[in-house]
Amino acid sequence: MSGTVRHLYVHLPFCAHRCGYCDFVTVVGREGLHGRYVDALLAELELERAVLEPRLETIFLGGGTPTLTEAGALSRLLGALPPAAELTVEANPETVTAELARFLREAGVTRVSLGAQSFQPRLLTVLERQAGPDDVRRAFYHLRDAKFDNISLDLLHGIPGQSASDLERDIEEALALGPEHISYYELEAKPGTRFTHAHGEELARQAEAMEGYFELVIEQLNEAGYRWYETANFCLTPARAGGRDVRARHNLAYWLGRDYLGLGIGAVSTLGAERRRNTPRLNTYLDGLDRGESPPREIEPLDEDVRAQERVMLGLRLDIGLPFAAAKRSLDHAALNRLERLGLAARRAGEDGAETLVLTPRGRRLGGAVTAELLA
Amino acid sequence: MDQDRIRNFSIIAHIDHGKSTLADRILELTNTVTGRDMRAQVLDSMDLERERGITIKAQAVRVEWKGHVLILIDTPGHVDFTYEVSRSLQACEGAVLVVDAAQGVEAQTVANAYLAIENNLGLLPVVNKIDLPQADPDGAARELAELVGDDPDRVLRVSAKTGQGVEAVLDAIIERIQRPAGDPDAPPRALVFDSAYDQYRGVVAFVRVVDGEFRAREDVLAMAQGTRFETEEVGFFSPTMQPAETLGAGEVGYIITGLKDVAKLRVGDTLTSQAGPAAQPLPGYKDVKPMVFAALFPTDSDEYPQLRDALERLKLNDASLSYEPETSQALGFGFRCGFLGLLHMEIVRERLEREFDLDLLVTAPTVAYLVETPTGERVEVHNPAEMPPDRERVEEPYVRASIVVPKGGVGQVMELCNERRGRFDHMEYPSPERVLLIYELPLAEIVFDFYDQLKSRTSGYASFDYDFAGFREGELVRLDVLVGGEPVDALSLVLHRDEAYARGRALVDRLRAEIPRQMFDVPVQAAIGSRVIARETIKAKRKDVLAKCYGGDITRKRKLLERQKAGKRRMKQVGAVEVPQEAFLAVLNLDEGKR
Repeated sequence: MSGTVRHLYVHLPFCAHRCGYCDFVTVVGREGLHGRYVDALLAELELERAVLEPRLETIFLGGGTPTLTEAGALSRLLGALPPAAELTVEANPETVTAELARFLREAGVTRVSLGAQSFQPRLLTVLERQAGPDDVRRAFYHLRDAKFDNISLDLLHGIPGQSASDLERDIEEALALGPEHISYYELEAKPGTRFTHAHGEELARQAEAMEGYFELVIEQLNEAGYRWYETANFCLTPARAGGRDVRARHNLAYWLGRDYLGLGIGAVSTLGAERRRNTPRLNTYLDGLDRGESPPREIEPLDEDVRAQERVMLGLRLDIGLPFAAAKRSLDHAALNRLERLGLAARRAGEDGAETLVLTPRGRRLGGAVTAELLA
Repeated sequence: MDQDRIRNFSIIAHIDHGKSTLADRILELTNTVTGRDMRAQVLDSMDLERERGITIKAQAVRVEWKGHVLILIDTPGHVDFTYEVSRSLQACEGAVLVVDAAQGVEAQTVANAYLAIENNLGLLPVVNKIDLPQADPDGAARELAELVGDDPDRVLRVSAKTGQGVEAVLDAIIERIQRPAGDPDAPPRALVFDSAYDQYRGVVAFVRVVDGEFRAREDVLAMAQGTRFETEEVGFFSPTMQPAETLGAGEVGYIITGLKDVAKLRVGDTLTSQAGPAAQPLPGYKDVKPMVFAALFPTDSDEYPQLRDALERLKLNDASLSYEPETSQALGFGFRCGFLGLLHMEIVRERLEREFDLDLLVTAPTVAYLVETPTGERVEVHNPAEMPPDRERVEEPYVRASIVVPKGGVGQVMELCNERRGRFDHMEYPSPERVLLIYELPLAEIVFDFYDQLKSRTSGYASFDYDFAGFREGELVRLDVLVGGEPVDALSLVLHRDEAYARGRALVDRLRAEIPRQMFDVPVQAAIGSRVIARETIKAKRKDVLAKCYGGDITRKRKLLERQKAGKRRMKQVGAVEVPQEAFLAVLNLDEGKR
């Protein structure tokens, strides 16, 4: 018997260095444990396989730095994963050699998400990134040479010390590479982190100047033929991508409120009325799976109301919005009317003719506040 | 008891001149309180009073000295409570007027002395703190003698702290203060000069018996109000409650009425016997009128019932507190309260916050305005938001202020009084070094920061007291604050036309800084009627997004949104604009800062 989940996330936590702004579950050093960790992942996959459909729609290998994982171990993992229409791997530029690119392609990877962040050496230093701008370009061409036709660049705006012209140069450099997909995030300096300690004052000083950066990114990428399909994500329109839809299908599954299974330390799964998070501790995870047991998990029950609210919260991030029928029960209707009057939200006919709730472009730029107001 | 052996007296003094210490020493010397029970300033029973060094509620304590019964009637020390002071003074025949040997005569000394003289009391001038190194007992004695019209040699010199000279004060009370008048054989009459509420025993009346006598289990009538009750107990404080057989002519003590409603027995009423009532009541007191008003709102609107209960309970022991419900669009449900003065307001607020654990938002204090409408109707307005738009004339309350200042500070004080629309009346010279200035000032000008300004401009040397002097016409306007085009009722002010621009500008600037940016542009305006006199715009936010959101982030992002949502619920809504409570607090503190 098989399950119905069609999206799988696999966490590969190993990194050569932890960047100051990073808040993912990562492991620095411990190179000797890569093999054992992959064994544990595969053991966990076996324990959970029953929830998955035999053929998956998407798999996403995230990190950490998945491409830092020792080659033999990574190969074993890729060989053992179920078949999937989209298989994405995250990569840091400095790890991408011609050989690795070929290896990934041969192992069935269909999409690579490359963590560029910026093309300005000064800003990359602030971010504590290991790669320089040339490493980003080199990695990109290695991937192209290996016939990858779906590459995403991760970029950041709002980096301490980043001027508007720095940002424009970054956008230009990114566009020059012609990626199918761009994720453009605002840097989040979490209070209490080493990064905020070092750069918080500068960020506060620049806050006003940086307010227009998000708009600038959207404007320039739109002009270059990219569709702003999610709050922080852009992709080539089908006309410019050979008729293909190059949105990130795996991430789209999150934003459409679908179920997904997560494997590895700190990985999160959402399965029906339950969300669970695996232990973020490497040894605990490894020891448990050595004994053939599921790793310790935090369980969060999710009732229908919460899933419906999340559906609204996630759906409003998308340019296509969500079916009004699915949103209706979670909405504060007085607030909706107000936001419609303010030109921030709208109801319109969707592609299938059904009524759809969407945010206007300005509403999407204020998506946090608008969503907080919309949810009853 | 033989009236020849009774003396009723008060101690009156400027704040911190040693009134309570002298009272303590008297209790100790007369063995009313043993050393072991002695607590510094035993009469001040409430913590708050101890901290502020003032006494709110009058209490009468009976001591014995050389075959006489001396009854010390404690009085509040602040101008806000002049009314209560004069009530207490009406219960005695004499007052000990205390002056600090290092400070000399101060504004409250003057006001208190005049009050005592108005009440026909004998004055016993005493210079205290003669043990202090910087004391100038001769100088202080000269000033005091000058003030009360006595010989400096008759001024007593004491140190209440060490006890030096205090016995002589007790002797002088017997010698120089008159015995109580009154007819012990006439139908009983007693003046209710104060009351308190005890949760177990009900209303306790503090009385001065003038004629006849009162006893327990006696049917009594309050003549003005017509309330009838049976006395449960009579007695006196020494210093705790001591039941007695009778309270006779000339004596001061308490009567436990058994009444459960403090409103049934008004202070100033005359008690008599139902069986053999007196023909005429004693002269009572005029009704006290609150002069300073402010609205109190719970910061958490769920605490409205608690605030209502707390005010009800405070009112039981504070007849001068008045309040009525008020609804503000911006701040929700609260109460507009009337206070005798600023200190009274501060004390009520602190008691509400401290004893009842409430978090309060207090609007800018305002005074009572008398408004004449074009139709000739006269209304009293306690809330600036209710000031009628059409007015023939507006009158505001004035006070007659006594300010005592060292000679060098006269210029600064006059300058301040002129800035505050004061009108100079006259000047007196209580001593070669110091000047007493009498000014008439609008009360509204002193409810802000007058006292602080006075202190800071005279390096702390000036002292200040005031008395109400009636209503006078003024060029007054109502200043409204509009956020997003909607008036914020709680921020409306009535003020003199000349001050409107500066205050309007300050309010607008402060609000612009305090109101977070919204999803649209928000104009903030100050206006007199339809004329906008200051304007700022809070620019709309350009972005507000949760940067990324993937499988592992969903719960956290949802919680962030929930928190944002909860934050919005705490916001006050002014039209479509969400204003955090803190913004109102900051604007109201602007006034406090100014005060």
